[in-house]
Amino acid sequence: MPEITELAIGDIVAEKNFHLDRDSLVRYAGASGDFNPIHYRDDAAAGVGLPGVLAHGMLTMGLSIGPVVSWLGDAGKIIDYGVRFTKPVVVPASGQALITVIAKVVELDLEAKKARIDLQTSFDGNNVLGKAQVWVQL
Amino acid sequence: MVNPDIQGKRYPRTPSYLVGREKVREFAKAVMAPKECFDLEFAKQNGYEDLVVPPTFPVVIQEQSLAIVLSDPEAQIDFARVVHGEQKFVFQRPIIAGDLLTSELSVASVKSLGGNHMVVFDTEIFDESQTLVCTAISTLVVRGEDA
Repeated sequence: MPEITELAIGDIVAEKNFHLDRDSLVRYAGASGDFNPIHYRDDAAAGVGLPGVLAHGMLTMGLSIGPVVSWLGDAGKIIDYGVRFTKPVVVPASGQALITVIAKVVELDLEAKKARIDLQTSFDGNNVLGKAQVWVQL
Repeated sequence: MVNPDIQGKRYPRTPSYLVGREKVREFAKAVMAPKECFDLEFAKQNGYEDLVVPPTFPVVIQEQSLAIVLSDPEAQIDFARVVHGEQKFVFQRPIIAGDLLTSELSVASVKSLGGNHMVVFDTEIFDESQTLVCTAISTLVVRGEDA
């Protein structure tokens, strides 16, 4: 468990790359129960005017918090986690989409032993999550 | 299109959902979660009775409440036009495998924005003792006919 007194604003506490392929999307559809076909069928995605099959926003949100859980060593220390979905992640029929996550300390509440960590999740050079903010109890 | 009259509407409680250990692992694998989310011994060392769910797991419960709204003829939400705008989870305590949960959704707001509608849903998740454990807040954008 990290100590709040050892943290400083601007510290990068975690960083990780994820590779998403169509199998990842099907696996997430099954695990979450979100079977919207735009997440696994090209014709369904094209039919509603999308540039291709998209990763579930909730999959991107879900994997983005992983590096912070790993850093804390305890998922139960995350008390608040919110994101805005700003750009889609297009996943090709073959090959992979590379997603990069960087987690940075932006606010410290020494009294309450809470820290706010902001996530930067990018795909293809763009941030795909906006206002991705996590409050952790240390 | 969304019926603005549903603002403030509360939907019925969902049936109980038992958080299963293997379901937690299945979900953790799907979001490529770190080993802490799979390892029972690790969870026990951290002082928990069983596995702690990954932070976005409550979406599985929220999904059950959302299904009630999407099938409500009064709400008039066309699912094919729905885009997920924002999502947030606020925890009162960690959710642990073995928890028996129910949820209750209320419509916090319905706004019209340049031909689209933005709807905010608050889903409160309760444990067996009727204590609030988590609130899931979801903003859906319903694209207008011309959007």
